[in-house]
Amino acid sequence: MGREAGLDSAREVSWRQMDGLRRILREPVLAAAIGVIVASLFLFVIYPLVRVFQMSVVEDGRFTLHVYRDLLSKAFERRPLYNSLLLGVLVALAGTAVGYLFAFAIARADVPWKRFFRVIATFPIISPPFVLSLAAILMLGRKGFITRMLFQGQWDPHIYGLRGLVLVETIAFFPTAFLIMLGVLQAIDPALEESSLNLGATRWQVFRTVTLPLSVPGLASSLLVLFVESLADFGNPIILSGNFPVLSVQAYLHITGMVDFSGGAALAVILLFPTLTAFLLQKYWVGRKSYVTVTGKPSPARLSVDPMTRRLLLGLCLAMTGVILLLYGTVVFGSFVTLWGANYTLTLTHYVSVFHIGGRYLRDTLILASVATPVTGILGMIIAFLVVRKQFVGKGLMDLTSMLTFAVPGTVVGIGYILAFNEPPLLLTGTAAIIVLLFIFRNVPVGSRAGVAALQQIDKAIEEAATNLGAGSGRTFVTITLPLITPAFFSGLAYSFVRCMTAISAVIFVVSGKWNLITVAILGLVENADLSQAAAFSLVLIAIVLVVLGLIQVGVGRVATSQMGYEPSG
Amino acid sequence: MGAAVRLAGLRKVFEGRSGSGTVVAVDGVSLEVEDGSLVTLLGPSGCGKTTVLRMIAGFETPTGGEVYIGDERITTVPPNKRRTSMVFQGYGLFPHMQVYDNIGYGLRIRKVPAAEIRDRVFSMLELVGLKGTEARLPSQLSGGQQQRVALARALITEPRVLLFDEPLSNLDAKLRVQMRQEIRRLQQRLRITSVYVTHDQDEAMTLSDQIVVMHQGRVEQVGTAPEIYNRPRTLFVADFIGKGNFLAGTVRAVDGDRAEVEIAEGGVRAPAEGFRAGESVWLLLRPEAIGLGPAGTGRWQGRVAAATYLGSEIFYEVTVGTQNLLVKVGHPHGAIALTQGDPVGVIFDEGSLHLVRREVAA
Repeated sequence: MGREAGLDSAREVSWRQMDGLRRILREPVLAAAIGVIVASLFLFVIYPLVRVFQMSVVEDGRFTLHVYRDLLSKAFERRPLYNSLLLGVLVALAGTAVGYLFAFAIARADVPWKRFFRVIATFPIISPPFVLSLAAILMLGRKGFITRMLFQGQWDPHIYGLRGLVLVETIAFFPTAFLIMLGVLQAIDPALEESSLNLGATRWQVFRTVTLPLSVPGLASSLLVLFVESLADFGNPIILSGNFPVLSVQAYLHITGMVDFSGGAALAVILLFPTLTAFLLQKYWVGRKSYVTVTGKPSPARLSVDPMTRRLLLGLCLAMTGVILLLYGTVVFGSFVTLWGANYTLTLTHYVSVFHIGGRYLRDTLILASVATPVTGILGMIIAFLVVRKQFVGKGLMDLTSMLTFAVPGTVVGIGYILAFNEPPLLLTGTAAIIVLLFIFRNVPVGSRAGVAALQQIDKAIEEAATNLGAGSGRTFVTITLPLITPAFFSGLAYSFVRCMTAISAVIFVVSGKWNLITVAILGLVENADLSQAAAFSLVLIAIVLVVLGLIQVGVGRVATSQMGYEPSG
Repeated sequence: MGAAVRLAGLRKVFEGRSGSGTVVAVDGVSLEVEDGSLVTLLGPSGCGKTTVLRMIAGFETPTGGEVYIGDERITTVPPNKRRTSMVFQGYGLFPHMQVYDNIGYGLRIRKVPAAEIRDRVFSMLELVGLKGTEARLPSQLSGGQQQRVALARALITEPRVLLFDEPLSNLDAKLRVQMRQEIRRLQQRLRITSVYVTHDQDEAMTLSDQIVVMHQGRVEQVGTAPEIYNRPRTLFVADFIGKGNFLAGTVRAVDGDRAEVEIAEGGVRAPAEGFRAGESVWLLLRPEAIGLGPAGTGRWQGRVAAATYLGSEIFYEVTVGTQNLLVKVGHPHGAIALTQGDPVGVIFDEGSLHLVRREVAA
């Protein structure tokens, strides 16, 4: 019987492969869609990266590694790499700790005002990350409120450099850690902790022997993701790095300041190695290990700590909240101040400027984001549908390529785009198209991740029931699948829009005289020490984002914030 | 309405995941389901019954064999063109549609005019006892109500064949009993050919015109409930259905329609049922066919090893020689209450014995 089964199964396997191919060819629209998507992914994701590599190893038409040798041979030249890695590790640790604090307080310590803390813990996601650098300078810079006014210039907190960056990036990126850890804590089956108590463990022992070990995959994910986010961060270091050079900024300066394309490209490649490694580790190793509860439903918050600990956790959360509110509050205050550091009379002139002089930045940004976001959303959904529901050659590759833009720092992508598209037949530099394309392909993973998660939630029986009652695949997709993934679609749209509005590290390479973005304008203002104007712009930007998110939320119901996070911003 | 279903040599082989080999889920199943009857595929998990059902529905393509509905060969017809409505285990209700739209879905696809849809949906709601719920969402219904919506949705399209994939397994015990009676009533009233999959014996016995017992991808026996229960043809069927005592023995001689069977406790005469002298058999003795009397009475002498009180009956474990027999005593309040250690006499009628082939290691 076994031998028979063997022969039959070999026939079965090849029959199945032919059947799959036959099925795809029978649906020309499907085959065409796959073809177009593969071509686009190659052209707008892979090709720019290839050009970056090329630029770093080709000189005068010859293959050479001397650029790398120059960059890595002297200790002085190796500093940006060392600094970036150090900063990344510190931010990963600090951010994960803060994120775990908030997540644990909400999921296990039953602190009051949970909704409030949730909002605080996720607010930094919607603001451009470098707003926090701006706040740091306003408070603790040379003309800072605390350093100048309160300490009369006697105390120098060294805000420019490692210390400032750790502070600012921790606050900017801990929401990602928070969302990961909250998800992990909610997924732990309550029965596990309860049975530990039942067997006589103290609450501390339960934490140490059950909760913490089960949180480890989440902790590891969080550390890796925050490491990548810190390495990829550009907006904060360009303001705050001072004498602490980091790779992302150095790459930018080599290209724009020194017009050293090969040096810039090489630095970008060097930046790529740790980020890609961390991303792959997270996706293919840590991300696979999860201890999910059998029922798959998130369990509600419980009280697993004694009252002392609960008060302590509450206190820490409040302290953290205080710091965050202080920073953002400073920006709000700063936007109304005539001249920071000198004249603190309140005025509206900066806001007036935002709309008069800055009006075209607003207009450009909104137009470009509004064009890119729907395309991103639809493309993301199509890719998700293909990946989850269809079988074809190269499916895994398509999935990975579309995720690549998460792993690759914006700096690398930005450099890639100006190298790839600055000559015919694809002369796109200086146009709106290049910015829109950058937006689309940087954010497509957001849409497809949301789509994949939503599609996997749909019980197969629901689609089978529709087929059973007479619906063909097209009708099933339109009347059953599509309505059920709509919330995920809008959630993807919302997050894509936020990422468009707060982007800086890639787009800074492709803006031009004709098309400029608010984030770039803000950076320019900060560099000119026009801090109050920068603050006003920042707040208008945040306000726009909040309004659009509010509109989407009202339109759809709940925007699932649990699907946001995990990805490097900027 | 409806038509007969015929399966001819149906086979299904699944490729295992990377390196774990292939699985033969269905290994040559042939079956005839009479028009208007309800046939149950009964067996333990993994026996292939759901795979057979899904091949009838079209969700799996057979590796070998054919499926016929009436005279039409439907083996390769796509699942949305077969008119074989299915009631799924998790109901598969469309969560974003109201009850009315769920039930009317199949009719909308067939482009039935709106007024007619209205009439048919409302009469179907009455038929399944869900009047007044048409505007609710599935999430606002109880399990039993959701089940009825699934049933209504399947019936309204007037399918040729109705398929059930363990539809009652998510309901609590009492509801299950109630629902299976309703399903049976409806099916008989509408005389739709139905194929029902379950692992629950009581369900199978209550609902079916014929039961198909399956094991490891093959059909073990097809028959009515009494046939399956009283005259199982293999050890698997005898053991799977109901409880039984199995005594190993050998046929010594056959005399007309009686056989002399030698077992450890001595010799008994059982209905011959086609067995011949020298064959190895299992003697099947059902617990309810055994009576207990005072020590010294009956065929064999034994001792009570354990007693389990279930309210309407008591199960006794009685040790006879080296065997442990399970004995069921009904009407316990009228009989003597026995306790562990009591000696008893074991009484049974030879006519209630049944022989099943015994495989002997070579």
